[in-house]
Amino acid sequence: MNLAVTALDSTHGFLSPSGVEIVFVLVGLGVLGAALLTVTTKQLVHAALWLVVALGGLAVEYLLLTAEFIAWVQVLIYVGAVVVLVLFGLMLTRAPIGASPDADSGNRPLAFGVALAAAATLVTLVVDAFRSTWIDLGTVAGSTKANGVTLFRYWVLPFEALSVLLLAALVGAIVLSRRNANARDEKER
Amino acid sequence: MHLVFPAVLAALLFCVGLYGVLARRNAVLMLMSVELMLNAVNLNLVAFDVWLRDALHAGQALTLFTITVAAAEIGLGLAIVLLIFRHRGTADIDRVGRLADGDETAGDGGEQQARDDEKKAVR
Repeated sequence: MNLAVTALDSTHGFLSPSGVEIVFVLVGLGVLGAALLTVTTKQLVHAALWLVVALGGLAVEYLLLTAEFIAWVQVLIYVGAVVVLVLFGLMLTRAPIGASPDADSGNRPLAFGVALAAAATLVTLVVDAFRSTWIDLGTVAGSTKANGVTLFRYWVLPFEALSVLLLAALVGAIVLSRRNANARDEKER
Repeated sequence: MHLVFPAVLAALLFCVGLYGVLARRNAVLMLMSVELMLNAVNLNLVAFDVWLRDALHAGQALTLFTITVAAAEIGLGLAIVLLIFRHRGTADIDRVGRLADGDETAGDGGEQQARDDEKKAVR
Protein backbone atom coordinates (compact mmCIF):
# COMPACT_ATOMS: atom_id res chain seq x y z
CA MET A 1 0.00 0.00 0.00
CA ASN A 2 2.73 2.37 1.06
CA LEU A 3 4.73 1.44 -2.04
CA ALA A 4 1.78 2.12 -4.31
CA VAL A 5 1.21 5.52 -2.77
CA THR A 6 4.84 6.57 -3.18
CA ALA A 7 4.82 5.32 -6.75
CA LEU A 8 1.73 7.35 -7.51
CA ASP A 9 3.20 10.42 -5.86
CA SER A 10 6.37 10.45 -7.93
CA THR A 11 5.94 11.66 -11.48
CA HIS A 12 8.32 9.04 -12.86
CA GLY A 13 8.35 5.39 -11.91
CA PHE A 14 8.30 1.87 -13.19
CA LEU A 15 5.24 1.09 -11.08
CA SER A 16 3.12 3.83 -12.62
CA PRO A 17 3.75 3.73 -16.35
CA SER A 18 2.09 6.43 -18.36
CA GLY A 19 -0.26 5.60 -21.23
CA VAL A 20 2.41 6.45 -23.78
CA GLU A 21 4.83 4.01 -22.16
CA ILE A 22 2.26 1.20 -22.16
CA VAL A 23 1.48 1.77 -25.84
CA PHE A 24 5.19 1.99 -26.62
CA VAL A 25 5.91 -1.34 -24.95
CA LEU A 26 2.96 -3.07 -26.62
CA VAL A 27 3.89 -1.80 -30.09
CA GLY A 28 7.53 -2.63 -29.34
CA LEU A 29 6.58 -6.24 -28.56
CA GLY A 30 4.74 -6.37 -31.87
CA VAL A 31 7.77 -4.97 -33.70
CA LEU A 32 10.09 -7.49 -32.05
CA GLY A 33 7.76 -10.39 -32.86
CA ALA A 34 7.45 -9.32 -36.49
CA ALA A 35 11.24 -8.90 -36.73
CA LEU A 36 11.78 -12.38 -35.26
CA LEU A 37 9.33 -13.85 -37.78
CA THR A 38 11.14 -11.95 -40.55
CA VAL A 39 14.44 -13.66 -39.76
CA THR A 40 13.04 -17.11 -38.94
CA THR A 41 10.15 -17.82 -41.34
CA LYS A 42 10.73 -20.41 -44.03
CA GLN A 43 8.52 -18.66 -46.57
CA LEU A 44 10.54 -15.98 -48.30
CA VAL A 45 7.64 -13.75 -49.36
CA HIS A 46 6.17 -13.91 -45.85
CA ALA A 47 9.50 -12.63 -44.52
CA ALA A 48 9.13 -9.49 -46.65
CA LEU A 49 5.55 -9.01 -45.45
CA TRP A 50 6.58 -9.39 -41.79
CA LEU A 51 9.25 -6.79 -42.50
CA VAL A 52 6.42 -4.41 -43.45
CA VAL A 53 4.81 -5.02 -40.03
CA ALA A 54 8.09 -4.41 -38.20
CA LEU A 55 8.90 -1.21 -40.10
CA GLY A 56 5.34 0.11 -39.79
CA GLY A 57 5.43 -0.55 -36.05
CA LEU A 58 8.66 1.42 -35.86
CA ALA A 59 6.88 4.32 -37.56
CA VAL A 60 4.30 4.19 -34.75
CA GLU A 61 7.15 4.24 -32.22
CA TYR A 62 8.54 7.38 -33.87
CA LEU A 63 5.10 8.97 -33.60
CA LEU A 64 4.99 8.08 -29.89
CA LEU A 65 8.41 9.75 -29.49
CA THR A 66 6.83 12.86 -31.13
CA ALA A 67 9.08 12.61 -34.19
CA GLU A 68 6.28 13.05 -36.71
CA PHE A 69 8.32 13.85 -39.79
CA ILE A 70 10.64 10.84 -39.34
CA ALA A 71 7.59 8.63 -38.85
CA TRP A 72 6.05 9.60 -42.17
CA VAL A 73 9.39 9.42 -43.97
CA GLN A 74 9.71 5.90 -42.53
CA VAL A 75 6.30 4.96 -43.92
CA LEU A 76 7.05 6.50 -47.32
CA ILE A 77 10.56 5.17 -47.88
CA TYR A 78 10.72 1.91 -45.95
CA VAL A 79 7.20 0.57 -46.13
CA GLY A 80 6.60 2.14 -49.53
CA ALA A 81 9.82 1.81 -51.46
CA VAL A 82 12.32 -0.50 -49.78
CA VAL A 83 9.88 -3.36 -49.18
CA VAL A 84 8.64 -3.16 -52.77
CA LEU A 85 12.27 -3.32 -53.91
CA VAL A 86 12.85 -6.36 -51.69
CA LEU A 87 9.75 -8.07 -53.06
CA PHE A 88 10.96 -7.37 -56.59
CA GLY A 89 14.33 -8.84 -55.65
CA LEU A 90 12.70 -11.96 -54.24
CA MET A 91 10.60 -12.46 -57.34
CA LEU A 92 13.41 -11.73 -59.80
CA THR A 93 15.63 -14.30 -58.07
CA ARG A 94 12.75 -16.77 -58.49
CA ALA A 95 12.00 -17.26 -54.82
CA PRO A 96 9.73 -20.24 -54.32
CA ILE A 97 6.19 -19.41 -53.24
CA GLY A 98 5.87 -22.18 -50.68
CA ALA A 99 8.13 -23.03 -47.76
CA SER A 100 11.78 -23.37 -48.72
CA PRO A 101 13.66 -25.67 -46.35
CA ASP A 102 17.09 -24.24 -47.23
CA ALA A 103 16.35 -20.66 -46.19
CA ASP A 104 18.69 -20.93 -43.20
CA SER A 105 22.36 -21.79 -43.57
CA GLY A 106 24.27 -24.31 -41.52
CA ASN A 107 25.72 -21.87 -39.02
CA ARG A 108 22.35 -21.18 -37.43
CA PRO A 109 23.30 -22.26 -33.87
CA LEU A 110 26.42 -20.12 -34.03
CA ALA A 111 24.36 -17.13 -35.21
CA PHE A 112 21.89 -17.74 -32.38
CA GLY A 113 24.71 -17.78 -29.85
CA VAL A 114 26.30 -14.60 -31.19
CA ALA A 115 22.96 -12.76 -31.27
CA LEU A 116 22.07 -13.93 -27.75
CA ALA A 117 25.44 -12.84 -26.37
CA ALA A 118 25.18 -9.46 -28.10
CA ALA A 119 21.62 -8.98 -26.83
CA ALA A 120 22.56 -9.85 -23.24
CA THR A 121 25.56 -7.51 -23.30
CA LEU A 122 23.75 -4.60 -24.91
CA VAL A 123 20.59 -4.83 -22.80
CA THR A 124 22.58 -5.10 -19.57
CA LEU A 125 24.71 -2.13 -20.55
CA VAL A 126 21.79 0.04 -21.70
CA VAL A 127 19.62 -0.70 -18.67
CA ASP A 128 22.51 0.00 -16.34
CA ALA A 129 23.40 3.25 -18.09
CA PHE A 130 19.93 4.77 -18.48
CA ARG A 131 18.17 3.39 -15.40
CA SER A 132 17.08 6.78 -14.14
CA THR A 133 16.71 8.76 -17.34
CA TRP A 134 13.38 10.01 -18.57
CA ILE A 135 12.40 11.60 -21.85
CA ASP A 136 10.24 14.69 -21.56
CA LEU A 137 7.55 14.31 -24.20
CA GLY A 138 5.75 17.53 -23.26
CA THR A 139 6.56 19.40 -26.45
CA VAL A 140 6.75 18.03 -29.97
CA ALA A 141 10.39 17.44 -30.84
CA GLY A 142 10.23 16.54 -34.51
CA SER A 143 7.58 18.56 -36.26
CA THR A 144 7.96 19.00 -40.00
CA LYS A 145 8.65 22.71 -39.60
CA ALA A 146 11.44 22.26 -37.06
CA ASN A 147 13.03 19.49 -39.11
CA GLY A 148 12.82 21.47 -42.33
CA VAL A 149 14.34 24.57 -40.78
CA THR A 150 17.29 22.72 -39.27
CA LEU A 151 17.78 20.55 -42.34
CA PHE A 152 18.00 23.44 -44.78
CA ARG A 153 19.73 25.88 -42.44
CA TYR A 154 22.40 23.78 -40.75
CA TRP A 155 22.55 20.51 -42.68
CA VAL A 156 22.52 21.76 -46.28
CA LEU A 157 25.96 20.49 -47.26
CA PRO A 158 25.41 16.88 -46.06
CA PHE A 159 21.98 17.02 -47.69
CA GLU A 160 23.47 17.94 -51.06
CA ALA A 161 26.23 15.36 -50.69
CA LEU A 162 23.52 12.77 -50.05
CA SER A 163 21.71 13.72 -53.23
CA VAL A 164 24.95 13.10 -55.15
CA LEU A 165 25.26 9.74 -53.37
CA LEU A 166 21.71 8.82 -54.36
CA LEU A 167 22.43 9.77 -57.96
CA ALA A 168 25.59 7.64 -57.94
CA ALA A 169 23.66 4.70 -56.47
CA LEU A 170 20.95 5.12 -59.11
CA VAL A 171 23.47 5.17 -61.95
CA GLY A 172 25.33 2.23 -60.42
CA ALA A 173 22.18 0.15 -60.08
CA ILE A 174 21.21 0.85 -63.69
CA VAL A 175 24.68 0.01 -64.98
CA LEU A 176 24.80 -3.21 -62.95
CA SER A 177 21.39 -4.46 -64.01
CA ARG A 178 21.56 -3.59 -67.70
CA ARG A 179 21.11 -6.86 -69.51
CA ASN A 180 23.02 -6.15 -72.72
CA ALA A 181 26.15 -5.02 -70.87
CA ASN A 182 27.13 -8.67 -70.42
CA ALA A 183 26.55 -9.55 -74.04
CA ARG A 184 28.71 -6.65 -75.22
CA ASP A 185 31.50 -7.65 -72.82
CA GLU A 186 31.49 -11.17 -74.13
CA LYS A 187 31.57 -9.94 -77.71
CA GLU A 188 34.63 -7.82 -76.96
CA ARG A 189 36.31 -10.79 -75.35
CA MET B 1 8.81 8.20 -21.11
CA HIS B 2 11.60 6.11 -19.65
CA LEU B 3 14.61 6.18 -21.96
CA VAL B 4 15.24 2.49 -21.29
CA PHE B 5 12.22 1.40 -23.36
CA PRO B 6 13.37 2.71 -26.77
CA ALA B 7 17.01 1.90 -26.02
CA VAL B 8 16.28 -1.73 -25.10
CA LEU B 9 13.93 -2.12 -28.08
CA ALA B 10 16.66 -0.81 -30.39
CA ALA B 11 19.26 -3.16 -28.88
CA LEU B 12 17.00 -6.20 -29.24
CA LEU B 13 16.03 -5.25 -32.79
CA PHE B 14 19.70 -4.89 -33.69
CA CYS B 15 20.41 -8.37 -32.32
CA VAL B 16 17.49 -9.86 -34.27
CA GLY B 17 18.97 -8.31 -37.41
CA LEU B 18 22.40 -9.67 -36.46
CA TYR B 19 20.95 -13.16 -36.14
CA GLY B 20 19.27 -12.78 -39.53
CA VAL B 21 22.46 -11.67 -41.27
CA LEU B 22 24.42 -14.60 -39.83
CA ALA B 23 21.79 -17.32 -40.18
CA ARG B 24 20.12 -16.60 -43.51
CA ARG B 25 21.33 -18.16 -46.71
CA ASN B 26 19.36 -16.21 -49.31
CA ALA B 27 21.05 -12.90 -50.19
CA VAL B 28 17.78 -10.94 -50.32
CA LEU B 29 16.85 -12.14 -46.82
CA MET B 30 20.27 -11.00 -45.60
CA LEU B 31 19.60 -7.54 -47.02
CA MET B 32 16.27 -7.49 -45.14
CA SER B 33 18.10 -8.28 -41.89
CA VAL B 34 20.52 -5.43 -42.59
CA GLU B 35 17.49 -3.15 -42.93
CA LEU B 36 16.34 -4.27 -39.47
CA MET B 37 19.74 -3.38 -38.00
CA LEU B 38 19.69 0.04 -39.66
CA ASN B 39 16.21 0.67 -38.27
CA ALA B 40 17.41 -0.17 -34.76
CA VAL B 41 20.09 2.49 -35.13
CA ASN B 42 17.47 4.96 -36.39
CA LEU B 43 15.28 4.34 -33.35
CA ASN B 44 18.26 5.02 -31.09
CA LEU B 45 19.06 8.25 -32.92
CA VAL B 46 15.49 9.52 -32.66
CA ALA B 47 15.11 8.56 -28.99
CA PHE B 48 18.35 10.27 -27.96
CA ASP B 49 17.55 13.34 -30.05
CA VAL B 50 14.18 13.68 -28.32
CA TRP B 51 15.80 13.09 -24.92
CA LEU B 52 18.61 15.65 -25.38
CA ARG B 53 16.41 18.25 -27.14
CA ASP B 54 19.27 19.05 -29.49
CA ALA B 55 18.95 22.56 -30.91
CA LEU B 56 20.20 21.41 -34.34
CA HIS B 57 18.03 18.26 -34.31
CA ALA B 58 21.19 16.35 -35.18
CA GLY B 59 19.67 12.98 -34.34
CA GLN B 60 16.69 13.40 -36.60
CA ALA B 61 18.76 14.87 -39.44
CA LEU B 62 21.11 11.89 -39.15
CA THR B 63 18.11 9.56 -39.16
CA LEU B 64 16.97 11.06 -42.46
CA PHE B 65 20.47 10.60 -43.84
CA THR B 66 20.59 6.99 -42.63
CA ILE B 67 17.26 6.28 -44.30
CA THR B 68 18.60 7.72 -47.56
CA VAL B 69 21.82 5.73 -47.36
CA ALA B 70 19.80 2.59 -46.59
CA ALA B 71 17.66 3.18 -49.67
CA ALA B 72 20.80 3.56 -51.81
CA GLU B 73 22.30 0.47 -50.19
CA ILE B 74 19.32 -1.77 -50.85
CA GLY B 75 19.07 -0.56 -54.44
CA LEU B 76 22.71 -1.34 -55.18
CA GLY B 77 22.65 -4.52 -53.11
CA LEU B 78 19.68 -5.90 -55.00
CA ALA B 79 21.30 -4.99 -58.32
CA ILE B 80 24.41 -6.96 -57.31
CA VAL B 81 22.31 -9.90 -56.10
CA LEU B 82 20.39 -9.95 -59.38
CA LEU B 83 23.67 -9.86 -61.32
CA ILE B 84 24.99 -12.82 -59.30
CA PHE B 85 21.73 -14.66 -59.85
CA ARG B 86 21.93 -14.06 -63.57
CA HIS B 87 25.52 -15.31 -63.73
CA ARG B 88 25.32 -18.29 -61.38
CA GLY B 89 21.63 -19.13 -61.34
CA THR B 90 21.44 -18.93 -57.54
CA ALA B 91 21.10 -16.34 -54.79
CA ASP B 92 22.51 -18.63 -52.10
CA ILE B 93 25.37 -16.99 -50.25
CA ASP B 94 26.92 -20.35 -49.38
CA ARG B 95 27.17 -21.32 -53.03
CA VAL B 96 28.78 -18.09 -54.19
CA GLY B 97 32.19 -18.70 -52.73
CA ARG B 98 34.32 -17.37 -55.52
CA LEU B 99 34.31 -13.82 -56.85
CA ALA B 100 35.88 -14.75 -60.18
CA ASP B 101 33.78 -13.48 -63.02
CA GLY B 102 33.56 -16.12 -65.70
CA ASP B 103 36.68 -18.16 -65.06
CA GLU B 104 35.10 -20.93 -63.06
CA THR B 105 35.84 -24.44 -64.15
CA ALA B 106 33.23 -26.00 -66.35
CA GLY B 107 32.76 -28.86 -63.91
CA ASP B 108 31.75 -26.52 -61.12
CA GLY B 109 29.10 -24.77 -63.21
CA GLY B 110 27.80 -28.06 -64.52
CA GLU B 111 27.61 -29.41 -61.01
CA GLN B 112 25.58 -26.42 -59.88
CA GLN B 113 23.29 -26.77 -62.86
CA ALA B 114 22.82 -30.44 -62.02
CA ARG B 115 21.99 -29.60 -58.43
CA ASP B 116 19.46 -27.00 -59.58
CA ASP B 117 17.84 -29.50 -61.90
CA GLU B 118 17.73 -32.04 -59.11
CA LYS B 119 15.98 -29.54 -56.83
CA LYS B 120 13.42 -28.71 -59.50
CA ALA B 121 12.75 -32.38 -60.03
CA VAL B 122 12.20 -32.92 -56.31
CA ARG B 123 9.75 -30.04 -56.23
